[in-house]
Order: sequence, then C-alpha cells, then structure tokens
Amino acid sequence: MGAIQGFEIRRSSAALRGGGTMLRQQPTVAKYIDTSICIGCKACEVACQEWNDLPLVKTEQVGTYQTMPSLAPNFWNLIQFREIDTGPHGFAWLLRKDQCMHCADPGCLAACPAPGAIVQYQNGIVDVDPEKCIGCGLCEPGCPFDVPRYTARDNKMAKCTLCVDRVTVGLEPACIKACPTGCLQFGDKSSLLALGAHRVKQLQDDGFASAAVYDPPGVGGTSVITVLKHGDHPEWYGLPKDPSVPTTVSLWKRVLHPIGFVAMAAAIFGAIGHFMAFGPKKPVDTAKDAGKEV
Amino acid sequence: MASLAATFGRGAMTNGWVDIKNADVVLVMGSNAAENHPCGFKWAIEAKKTRGAKIVSVDPRFTRTSSVADVYAPLRPGTDVAFLNGLINYAITKNRFHEEYVRIHTNGPYVINEKYGFNDGLFAGFDESSGNYDKSAWAYDADPKTKAYLVDKEMKHPRCIFQLLKKHVERYTPEMVERICGTPKDEFLKVAEVVTSTGNAQRCGTIMYALGWTQHSVGCQIIRAAATLQLMLGNVGRPGGGVNALRGHSNIQGATDMAGTFEILPGYLATPRGELTDLKTYLEKVTPTTLNKETWATMNYWSNYPKFMVSLLKATYGKAATKENQWGYDWLPKTDGNYSWMFIFDDMYRGAKANVAGGTEPGPEGFITFGMNPVGIGPNSGKMIQALSKLKWMVVGENYEIETATFWDDKKTKAYGGPPSSQIQTEVFQLPCSGFAEKDGTFTNSARWLQWKWKAIDPPGQAKTDQEVIARLLLAVKDLYKKEGGPVPEQVLNMSWSYTNPVNPDLGEALKEINGKALEDLKDPKDPSKIIRKAGEQLAGFGEVRDDGTTMCGNWLHSGCYTEAGNLAQRRNNADPNGLGMFHQWGFSWPANRRIMYNRAGADAEGKPWDPTRPSIVWNGEKWVGDVPDMKPDAPPGTYGAFIMNAEGVGRLFAPSMNDGPMAEHYEAVESAVPNALHPKVTPSPTAVALAKKMKSDKDVLGTADKFPVVCTTYRLTEHYHYWTHHTNILNQLQPGFFIEIPEELAKEKGIVNGGRAKVTSARGSIEGVAMVTKRLRKLAIDGKQVWHIGFPIHWGYEGDPRHTGPLANFMTPSAMDPNTWTPEFKTFLVTLEKGGEGVA
Ligand code: SF4
Ligand code: SF4
Repeated sequence: MGAIQGFEIRRSSAALRGGGTMLRQQPTVAKYIDTSICIGCKACEVACQEWNDLPLVKTEQVGTYQTMPSLAPNFWNLIQFREIDTGPHGFAWLLRKDQCMHCADPGCLAACPAPGAIVQYQNGIVDVDPEKCIGCGLCEPGCPFDVPRYTARDNKMAKCTLCVDRVTVGLEPACIKACPTGCLQFGDKSSLLALGAHRVKQLQDDGFASAAVYDPPGVGGTSVITVLKHGDHPEWYGLPKDPSVPTTVSLWKRVLHPIGFVAMAAAIFGAIGHFMAFGPKKPVDTAKDAGKEV
Repeated sequence: MASLAATFGRGAMTNGWVDIKNADVVLVMGSNAAENHPCGFKWAIEAKKTRGAKIVSVDPRFTRTSSVADVYAPLRPGTDVAFLNGLINYAITKNRFHEEYVRIHTNGPYVINEKYGFNDGLFAGFDESSGNYDKSAWAYDADPKTKAYLVDKEMKHPRCIFQLLKKHVERYTPEMVERICGTPKDEFLKVAEVVTSTGNAQRCGTIMYALGWTQHSVGCQIIRAAATLQLMLGNVGRPGGGVNALRGHSNIQGATDMAGTFEILPGYLATPRGELTDLKTYLEKVTPTTLNKETWATMNYWSNYPKFMVSLLKATYGKAATKENQWGYDWLPKTDGNYSWMFIFDDMYRGAKANVAGGTEPGPEGFITFGMNPVGIGPNSGKMIQALSKLKWMVVGENYEIETATFWDDKKTKAYGGPPSSQIQTEVFQLPCSGFAEKDGTFTNSARWLQWKWKAIDPPGQAKTDQEVIARLLLAVKDLYKKEGGPVPEQVLNMSWSYTNPVNPDLGEALKEINGKALEDLKDPKDPSKIIRKAGEQLAGFGEVRDDGTTMCGNWLHSGCYTEAGNLAQRRNNADPNGLGMFHQWGFSWPANRRIMYNRAGADAEGKPWDPTRPSIVWNGEKWVGDVPDMKPDAPPGTYGAFIMNAEGVGRLFAPSMNDGPMAEHYEAVESAVPNALHPKVTPSPTAVALAKKMKSDKDVLGTADKFPVVCTTYRLTEHYHYWTHHTNILNQLQPGFFIEIPEELAKEKGIVNGGRAKVTSARGSIEGVAMVTKRLRKLAIDGKQVWHIGFPIHWGYEGDPRHTGPLANFMTPSAMDPNTWTPEFKTFLVTLEKGGEGVA
C-alpha cells in the first residue's frame, strides 16, 4: 500500500520542498495506552496482524510470556512483559504495548533519504510507502524507539501505520477496537492528554506518586501516549528516558534537508553506500528464528 | 456450584458480568480473571476507573490479574479456606461486618441442635468406617411439638449459628493464616482491611472465582467460606456484590443447567435413584417442606418441584406420558451409584462397577465423547489412556483429531504408560463435528444469560453439527428397538422427537421445547372462568408450569426464554434505564430474566435499599420495583425471607447439606505438603480421603511430602483454550509451547536456567518442559519451613503440529476429588523438580 491518497501530508522524507500544502488543517490524533490496566491479553497483537494481513510468525517458548523478543517485520504490535523490583518490598510485572510511537518529530523520516518513503500526515501519523522505500536501513538508527524492521521478501521498512487506512475512513485502529479493557483509546491528542492527566491523578491518589503520561518532548511528543504508574522510570517499561532524534540525523535534516538537490544526491549515495558496505539490509535476527515468517 | 446452591439456593453466579462495575472492592481469588476471562474482566477495570474500586488479587502466582490489582497477596496452593476464614474472623473481631444484614437475611440467628460439635478437625457425626458424616448432627434445633425452628434474633444463644461461626473462625488469626498459607501477616492484613471495608450498608464488594477454587479436594468448602464471608459482609443480593462463579467455558453454565452431570436432570432436578421406585416416593424425597411456617415465613420455591418434574416428563415422553403411567417416570434411567467423571474411568479401567453396591457388574464397554478430551482432561492421564484401551468401541465427535482419538498409538502414549498398540482392541470411530462458529444455538454465560448466536460459516467437508449426529444416532437406535425389541423399549420408543427435521433438529425448536408450552387451555387458578394461556401457546415463564400434564417444559429454570413474544435469547436491546448495567432487554437471564439473584437481600427489613445509589429492588408500598424481584412481586417486606429457594428463607452461614462439614474448615490437599497446623491428626479432609481410597487401582498412586516435597498447581493461559487451540497456529504463535513456572531461588538451587529444561515428577510419572524462571512465584515460609510451589499450564498434548505439541499436564495430577461435586484436585499436588535434559514426554 502506498501513502494514503488524498490524505494531507505534513512532512515527507527527503522532500524537495518542506511538507504538504497545509491547505487542510487536521487535529493531531493519538493512541492512548494505559499500562496500569493492560492485562497483556494480546488481543491487540492479533488484531494488528489480521487487519494488516501480516503472515504468521514463528515463535518459540524461551521462558517468557512475551510473544517474541522484539518487534518484527510482520509483527508491529508487541506486548512487552517485564518483572521489576520496584523497591525493597515492591514488585511489579509491567506490561507495555510496544509499537511505532508516531513521533511529532520523527527521526526515521529525518534520516530517510528516499523521497516520500516516510511521510507524516497532517494528523500526525507517520507512515511508510513501500513503493518508495529503498531498503537502505537508515531509518533504523534514526529511530530512538528501535521500531523500523525490514521485510524478508522485499527488504522494505515495515512498522505500525496507526491503521491510517482505517483512520482515513473514520475508524479507530484495529488494536484499539480489539482491546477488551479499554486501556487503549483513540482520538485527538489533546483530549487524550486530558484523559491521561485524569488517570494519572487517580494513580497518584492510589499512592503512585510518580505516575505520569509519557509524551517525550525530545521528539516533539508522540502520537502514542502512554500512562505509566512509575512515570519516573520509563526504562522499567522499555522506554528511553529522554529520547531524541540522534544528532547526526537531526543535523542531516536541518542542514541538508532544505537543499533539495543535495538531499536527493545524498539519498542516492546513502543508499549505495549502505549497499556497498553491508549488502541489502537483512531482517532482524531475533532469538533463533523468532519473528520470521512461517 | 454445589456450595452456592447449599448456601443461597441456586448454583450459579449470583450477579452478572456487567454488574461487577458497581463494586467498591473486587476480590479476585481462585480465579485469574484477567487471563482467563479477559472480556468479563473489563468490568472490574471499569469499577476501578469509574468508582475508584480496589482490585484485590490473592493467588499463589503473581498473574496478569495481579499485575493490574491494587493489592496482591500470595498464598500456598490449596490453603484458601484458611485465608477466607481469616477474613471472616477479622471482620467479626474488628466489628467490620454488616450485623443488621446478618440478622435479617442469614441463618445467623438460628439455633443448632445439641448434638453438633467440632473437635480436632472432625465435625460431629463422623463415621470412621465409611468416611461419611451423619448430617443429622448438624440439624437446626426445633420445637419438638410445633417443629418451628429455634431462632435468637439477638444472636446471643451459645448454639446460634452466629456464635458457632464466631467460635469456629476464631482460630484463624492473622498469625495462623501466615502459618498455614505462608502469606506474610502484613500482606494478609492489607487484604483484610480492604475486603472488610464493605461490611456495611454504604459499600459493597464482589468476589470473582473460578476453577482455582473448585478444583481442590476442599473445593466446595472454599466456596462455602467465600459465600459465608459475603453474607457476613452483607454483600449478597446487592449490585456490586455477590459470589461470582466464572465458568470455564462459554456455555458450561448452559451445559450444567441442562443436566451436565449424572446426578441431575435439566433444571437441577435430581436424577432418580433406583430405590425411588415411583414418582410419588421420588417427589416426597426431593421436595423440601417448610418446617417453620409460624415463626418465619418462607416461599420455599422448591415446593413447586412436582410441577417442574411432571412438565419435564411431558417434554421427554410427549403424549405417551399419562397420569396413569406416572408421566413415564418408570422409563427414566435411574442411578445406582456414582457415575461422575473419575468413577466412570475407574469402572472402565477396572472393568467392573467397583463402586456400586455389589460391584460385580462389568464396567462400560463403549464410550461416546463429544467436545471432551478425556486423555487431556485427566486427572491421572496415564490411567485414562489405560482405561480407554479396555473398551470395545469408542466414538469421538470433534473438530480436530484430539489425543483421545489416538490414545491407541503407542508411539505417542508410551511416555504415559500407554499399552502397546498391538494389545488394544478398541474400535475407534471418529466423526468430524462442527465447531462453535459453525452452528446456531445459545450460549448461557456465567451471568446466566442465554444469548443466541448465529452460525458464521458452514462446517467444512463432511463435518456435521452435534445435534445431527445425536439425532441420527437416536433414530437408528429407535429403529433397532422397533425391529429387534430389547429391554424397556418404551424408554427409547416413547421419547418425543417432534422436530420439523428429525435428523437435524433446528435448535430454535429445541429452545422452544426447553421453554415449554401449554398442552391444553390453562385456566386461571383464582378464576377458572378465565383462560390464561391457550393450548399450544408458549409459556410466559415457570410460573405457568403445572403438575397435571397440561404443560410441558424441558427446563423450568430456562422457562421464559422463548415465549409468545419470540426467542428472547436473540434480543439485543442495550437499554439500561437505571445505569446499573442490568440490560433486561438483552438476551434472557434465568431465572425469570432476573439479573441479580436474591435481590430482596439488597434491601433492609422495610424494603429500602441498603445503598440508595445502587438499588437492587425497592418496595414502593405496593410492589417491588427495580430488577425482576426474587420475591413474590406484591408480597410486602416481612412476608417472606429473601432466599426463596432455601426452605428456611435465609442465606446459610451454616449449611447442613454439605457432605464434608456445615462450616468451612482448613484441610490440606489429599497429597499434603505439610501436616495440618490446626489438627495434625486430621490433615486432609477425611471425607475426601475416604473418596480417594475408593480409587484403588495400581494407577491411583499418591505421593507423600518426604519423596515429593514441592507443591505444584496447574492453570490456563489467555492465549489458549483448553486442549484444542494448540491446533490453531495464530494462537500457537502467541504461546508456542508448554513451560514450567519456577521461583528464582528454587531454580538456582536446582541449577535450572530460564529458557532451559526442567523436569517434574509426581507419583504418576515425569514430564519435561521449558523452564520459566520467575520472581512472580515467591518463597513462602509455612510454619517456619520453606515450602516451594511451582506450576504449569494444561494446554498441550501429543496431537497436532509437531512444533506445538507438549506434555499432558494431567499426567501429573492425582485421583483425588471433592466429596460434594467429585471435581478432581487439579490445583494442588506434590512433585519433585530437577534440571531437565533428555526428553521425557
Ligand atoms: S517511533 Fe521510530 S519509526 Fe515510529 S515515528 Fe518515531 S522515529 Fe519513526
Ligand atoms: S488488547 Fe488491550 S489489554 Fe489486551 S494486551 Fe492489548 S493493550 Fe493490553
């Protein structure tokens, strides 16, 4: 699937001129994840696979409830399970839904040399256009959340699209539809931030003084906002404490991006350079065969 | 379910799924609702989000439920009675119980006869030789002349139930709870504080339990303890309260309602035993009488037993059932012994009905199994495999090739002691059957809601629906009787089978039959000139069922589900006028579309709701309004007791009908890890021990703590459903295989690493699997001694995609069971643990 036609684009990778037309303003949408009431049922994992027509992956029991070690090219939505000692007598089993965070300032897009391969729509969703993706793998170091993966078949970057095809026609993303506890919500970001603030207050009243909404400013905020009981320890959930777009990437973007031609050239060199140095980007090799198609 | 019926009068979830959102406290114990009932669990989350409710998780393992709970406390598997009695004791000693409720809605004020006593682990009336109790020692004290029960409304009489209960639980101090359960005292007290915060009119709490309570040799007593706790806290009959049994299958409630076990007919009518030779004797035996009309009025709804039974016989035998032939009572099969699951297999294995008086009859020679996988289900799977190999024939109706269908394949069963294939003579017929999405029909959920479902797709290939297979079988047997005759041919030939398509009955027609209809014009008993229901019309509910042969009804309890208004199970109107989530126009909820059972107890003596913001029913001066009243709708407060199915009209803190004791007592599992701290001479439940001893084949071996020091438990996972989803690759992907959960320190001690192999051995054999080393299983000190516990899920077997097969978990579990329901003790048994290596199974 290419980028959604007729959907207003805010920003595009390696664009000649900035972003979209800015003719139509749309509110920024967001996915809300309340980790404090996620029961790790994995309904969202299956819903994501089914809606996006992703083939099944091969997994293996290696001593965890987690489906596989990390995201995979055909698995864009993963519940991470972590056992954490929270203090001398405290213990928590923290479950967090991991997927693309849809950064307001997406490092992947900034790093991508292929024009239009990664786009950010006016509503904040960051999407990949596999037709334009050249499989160079530069988006991977650009992403502070370790999200981009590359498909085995055609070596294209693949990740959560926030179900932009559903959102375009007024539906919520598939994971949200499937979630039985209501710990996932979808809507415009400002109202979900308000909901998050309300829930954080509840958690604080319940004794979780450092409960917080994770919406890291280092990447301009994200369109996936996450309520954490232990807001002072995002790393307990597998989230970076202060994520930001890597300097090399932001430099590339700030300095080179506006210069369309140079960007184009760089894109090509980048791709060739990568190809010569490493060969085609391989699918991530997770524990044993985990994550591969079956 | 036996415990709920013995306490409240009906054996089912008291409230409903949606109602959990009205709770202030949700105690999840004996269930892991977030994992095994994820969709229902959303209501617990809803209560938390909207009311600030506290979720309390008490479990030997820190589960996905615990991960979202506000309070978690661990306990050693099988010690739930001690924990719950500890909560009751805490409520009484700290005066955190709902005294007014106890006085008017429970049998707390009732006086027990002088014979009653409890001494060193045994209740009065125990007979050493049979291992049974003479329950007359637990009877209410009554005036010898009037037969009226003795009642002390002040609850001061030393033999009144409240005082007996208080004395019974006073041994369960927080220190004793810690000694037995291993729950550190401060963690127990935190739970006690939160749970008993509902022991008043303003607040209300609920309990969610499931197989984590039923599958013990003291399963019923655990549930009795919970029911007693909820009565003491005044939490029954109220929105946001109750004792909520979460059923383990989408339609297990429906299956139980429709005679899921051998001792009941549809609607929980008793299966007649051989000695009850005529209908009159049967009805006299089963219909409870009210003893105390004068002092304490009750509705004693079971006094309608004859109506339910006669209408069931009319539904079964149609026109052939007449008054002269006792409505066909003689044709009903009678029982002569115990035909529960483990006994069937014991008979099969030993080739004799060893547990029936006389014990000389041969065991079963054939076996039909639908939607069941005995080899997987166990317990003691090795014995199950051996038992099946003694059969002449077996029919398996399934949508996959299940382990049971290939029990004869020694390559697969050798590890479980299966005999060589060459020695097995059993002829196996495998019939491909449709799955749940390939047929219409109803699911009756835990909340007692009958909800119609529509077929989504046709069954593949030659697969047929269960009803078609059964119908064809019945018609063929009828034919054989017609042609060749046989003993009691009427039993089969008179069976009514009046479906439009007899070989594949429409389940809508079956539901109509279950609801019942008038066979003649029904006259108004108050005014015989009026006809209330014309011949041929569907009944409006069980209130219209009669005992004179003028009505037929396949299950009185479900009556009202398919009336002249149509199939109410198909209703999908989500109107919720009072916001309490009762949804009276959604599906149909037995009994009588009532959403909260015993809702009369949700109001005080005057009929005012305990908490006006959450009324169940309210007396408005003329009638009860709100939910469908569990009460005669126009009977003013004070007329009848709130528990209309109990002959004495109140909820039972003390239940004389239980087989193993009228009040819950802590006993260790049949395979006990430690001596009973309260009475070491009576460690496991004496009645359960007597029952386990009835299984005396060479396969029924039990382990002892000196050889098998580690406690083990079994459970299910969100990602799988019993023993058949390992045939489904999308789910295999989420949980690819069997594992054994092991506490970190124990793993270290044994040299077992996460992701490595571990081997578990019980007295029945060994299995091996991937070790999941975790902090979620904790070290618990039991009476100063370290007792470890481990566990593993049950979902695998030797059939299916070889990448997703796994050991039969129930190869490990013992032939021990609850003495009331004969439910196997899957949740607590003894094993050893070591590092694995070579594959064992
Ligand atoms: S999380 Fe990574 S892949 Fe997703 S938008 Fe941000 S930088 Fe791009
Ligand atoms: S569906 Fe919802 S509750 Fe279930 S794992 Fe996903 S986010 Fe958690």
